[in-house]
Amino acid sequence: MSKNLRINNKQFVDETRKLSFIFNGKKLYGYKGDSLASALLSNDIHLVGRSFKYHRPRGIMTSGSEEPNAILQIGNDDALTEPNVRATEIELYNGLVCNSQNCWPSVKFDIGGINNFLSPLLPAGFYYKTFMWPASFWEKYEYFIRKSAGLGKSPIKQDPDMYDHRYLHCDILIVGGGVSGLIAAKIASDDNKKVLLLEDKELLGGSLIYDDSDISKIDNQKSSEWLRKFIDNIKKDKNIIIKTRTSLAAYHNYNFLLARQNLTDHLSVNERNNKIRQRLYKIRAKKVIISTGAIERPQVFHNNDRPGIMLASAVKKYIDYYGVRCGLENVIFTNNDSAYETALSLHKSGTKLNAIIDIRDNSSSEIVNQVKNLGIQIYWNHTIVDTKGYKRINKVTVMRLNDKGNDVIGKKIELNCDCLAISGGWTPMVHLFTQSGGKLKFDNKDNIFVPDKTNLDQLSIGSAKGDFELDDVLKNSIKYTKKFLNIENSNFDKIDVKCSKEKEKKNIWLLPSDRPLSKTKPFLDYQNDSTAKDIKLALREGFKSIEHVKRYTTTGMGTDQGKLANMHALGIVADTTNTNMGDLGTTTFRPPYTPLTFGTIVGRNVGQFFDIFRKTPMHEWHVDNNVKFENVGQWKRAWYYPKDGETMHDAVQRESKAARESSGILDASTLGKIDIQGTDANEFLNRVYTNAWSKLQIGKCRYGLMLNEDGMVYDDGVTTRLGENHYLMTTTTGGAANVMSKLEDYLQTEWPELDVFLTSVTDHYATASVCGPNAKKIINKIFKDLDLSDESFPHMSFKEVKLGDINCRVMRISFTGELSYEINVEASYGKHIWEKCIEAGKEFNITPYGTETMHLLRAEKGFIIVGQDTDGTMTPVDLQMDWIISKKKYDFIGKRSLYRSDTIREDRKQLVGLLTDDPNEILEEGAQIVKDENKKPIDMLGHVTSSYFSPTLKKSIALAVLKEGKQLKGQKLLVPMIDKTIKVTVSDTIFLDKENERING
Amino acid sequence: MFLINCPYCGERDQSEFVSGGEAHIARPKQPTELNDDQWAEFLFMRKNIKGVQFERWNHVHGCRKWFNVARDTSNDKIEKIYKMGEQPPKL
Ligand SMILES: [Zn+2]
Repeated sequence: MSKNLRINNKQFVDETRKLSFIFNGKKLYGYKGDSLASALLSNDIHLVGRSFKYHRPRGIMTSGSEEPNAILQIGNDDALTEPNVRATEIELYNGLVCNSQNCWPSVKFDIGGINNFLSPLLPAGFYYKTFMWPASFWEKYEYFIRKSAGLGKSPIKQDPDMYDHRYLHCDILIVGGGVSGLIAAKIASDDNKKVLLLEDKELLGGSLIYDDSDISKIDNQKSSEWLRKFIDNIKKDKNIIIKTRTSLAAYHNYNFLLARQNLTDHLSVNERNNKIRQRLYKIRAKKVIISTGAIERPQVFHNNDRPGIMLASAVKKYIDYYGVRCGLENVIFTNNDSAYETALSLHKSGTKLNAIIDIRDNSSSEIVNQVKNLGIQIYWNHTIVDTKGYKRINKVTVMRLNDKGNDVIGKKIELNCDCLAISGGWTPMVHLFTQSGGKLKFDNKDNIFVPDKTNLDQLSIGSAKGDFELDDVLKNSIKYTKKFLNIENSNFDKIDVKCSKEKEKKNIWLLPSDRPLSKTKPFLDYQNDSTAKDIKLALREGFKSIEHVKRYTTTGMGTDQGKLANMHALGIVADTTNTNMGDLGTTTFRPPYTPLTFGTIVGRNVGQFFDIFRKTPMHEWHVDNNVKFENVGQWKRAWYYPKDGETMHDAVQRESKAARESSGILDASTLGKIDIQGTDANEFLNRVYTNAWSKLQIGKCRYGLMLNEDGMVYDDGVTTRLGENHYLMTTTTGGAANVMSKLEDYLQTEWPELDVFLTSVTDHYATASVCGPNAKKIINKIFKDLDLSDESFPHMSFKEVKLGDINCRVMRISFTGELSYEINVEASYGKHIWEKCIEAGKEFNITPYGTETMHLLRAEKGFIIVGQDTDGTMTPVDLQMDWIISKKKYDFIGKRSLYRSDTIREDRKQLVGLLTDDPNEILEEGAQIVKDENKKPIDMLGHVTSSYFSPTLKKSIALAVLKEGKQLKGQKLLVPMIDKTIKVTVSDTIFLDKENERING
Repeated sequence: MFLINCPYCGERDQSEFVSGGEAHIARPKQPTELNDDQWAEFLFMRKNIKGVQFERWNHVHGCRKWFNVARDTSNDKIEKIYKMGEQPPKL
């Protein structure tokens, strides 16, 4: 701190608590209460980054979330580093490490700076026009654009911080803890409403809390003093919940809002341990009051982007709040009265103010008169035509405006300065209002957009509504809040407010220079480096809609969403095209209002909590027996059980051989199970399945195919008749929830007259499926009294039997083609019955197998898997399953669609088998099938849906869907792969045991 | 995220519900009597209007009941909620 930039300020900054931090490798100091920006400024550092396109040196410009330049990389840890943090928004903590990110190799020597000299070659749309062609070069372009654009580094390790989500409900949500929001909160609380007040800064009170002016008074007290007492009162109010450091991210319909609270970012790193870093509030508010204030806009003139050029309100805040001078030789450039407050603050702090340049002809308001009386030089009706100083401003050139304000006249005046405070008036923060669907209207007097129509129960007050002077802010906030809440009288009805009133207004969106526009750089959007010239070029090239101009010039497309740039862009478009600004409309502001970290969005849903997973009752046994799991929907299903370093292929060959030659056991608990009861249950099954169910006897099972109303296969499974009016339906694992929903839908909406009740019992039962030639012997060992003879217990039938106290439902059904029994027990006995089977099967080498072996075994038999061999475009006829379509039934879901002109086409894709000419060649699932490789474009006839090597058949087998497949049996076709072409022959879909002898053991 | 007033459970967050598309499209009682065009009309043709639209909604993470909603698609305002089988309101 060689220069004397600190002034005494005990109120907001604690000078007894010195903090050290590192900026671009250099150790610096600040105090508790500083923002990173104020700490940098107190060290005379303005230059913090390079601009995006031209790599011009850029400095801290603002003191808030609208900051376009001071965007830093915080932290140097691979896991904790965070890019794109605004130095103006982060509170200084001990040990903070930060780096400029938009410069390479360093902020002071920047290779991209060459773009500044090449800038005539980089006009609007440059990236669109140049990097589009040739398309194959894009990868190379992208590398260089990213490297030199330097959008920061993302962390490369997992985020170790904790994040949280919480719901909040309130009568009145107030967004913004400035004076208008606070008064509204108090009025609502006095009316016994539950109030939630959000403030994105650490302190309440907005800009009034550090206002030191003698002119503005509330109830005869200095306004900041009145406010301080008022805040003390508010904090004691039990109806008002206050969340500071909390910024609103999104305002959705129905007054549903998302807000992010920073809980630890202001603490030094070692104080953060085990604390939640950020919390996302999901807020449901009955009514919303937006009191987000306004942001100052800059002025647009040649070279208006040098480090040291700042918003006048920011210069004032750095002095009055942080006690930091931004420069020792100040010049103010304004078109309105508010910058005169900055003049007074500079004067009071004993900081040199060389001159004020005001584009207005004169002003005689109270505050201007006070400045005039101090003897400060004011250049009325003048503008800045140029600035000098590469890494820090050192001079401004001033000229007189002509009568129309579109040119400059007279002599050039040069003024020295190291800080130029600019003000182009104020823009209400209507972002949240428009996010919520509200429509704006244009106010010609102040050249601003203000909230107009909304469908929601919401209100904008204060500067966010377009009131900028203290008496208007207070009196209108009180008036509108009372009306909004239906309140007759409040405690503020007699409030007495005094302030200076602005009398003169003048606005020029693009200030003239003595040079032609083409030779100037009047920046609009500092973050995206777009200038007034770019807007004019876009208009010349034929862009009319403001949304198109925005995208073409990238104006307003940075991380600040053009908070500073939008109004000037609109103004210049309006002026150039002779349009009324109100008729142009505005660009859309989208959530989030300020950037959110991924951690905040995700909250606790990380790692194993990202999505729930479901375990079968036998899960532990599988784990203990070296299983590999497969994710099927949310289920963890046993996939295969590798032994002694087996590959999946080896394991599957071994498992499937065992199942065919002796016995295998599968955990089938994940299959969907729906309990169906009611006097119309049978009729219901007739309507939802394609086949007939009327004659199914009690104790018998039947396979059913379910279609969509469009005739396409939807699901399949075996249903068992447990009693006269009682059935148990099974569905595919993945389809269980959807089938349940679909059946409920039909029952509730189409067939409410049916007496049918559905209950999902998927999780209530565990299923062990034992198959193979020795299955009967194993089951016999477990259930000694059960008659397993074909006469008593034939294929597709069911028995209820007890094992001790355990009720078991045993079904003799088969998905492998082998003799097989499925034992269903209450889920809590699942592991027990599984272990019983394993124990009983030991002497027969009972082999647990997973889904992969199951798929192979069923493919050998040509059984389909819905969702693997079908894809929502396959009818039962396409699957060659005509046998399952009842001819007798009048109607079932999808029946009518089976003879639509499209579904009866002969050349639809149909399910076939494929055999490779080389029996050891295994096809890839998904591979395309063609007839003639040389014809271009090549005709795709179909694709492989299932493919395996069958150890029993000792050859490769596959299922495929193929155009006109039914006609093509025996036909030779080709499967072209990246490195070879595989020759195949179309075959039957059943590869093994066509006579179905194995199901009888 | 809007709020839906389930006629069986009361007001709940939208995330508990699924939309089932346009309401009041009854499944034909005698599909076999219909020609392809008539069947296609039932099967595929749905309105998508700006303004009040009658829709089916299901409280899938709640009571699992289906009901009808008259929703303004331009602003998601729900004008009326009524049970299955009831006639659409005149708005
Ligand atoms: Zn409900």
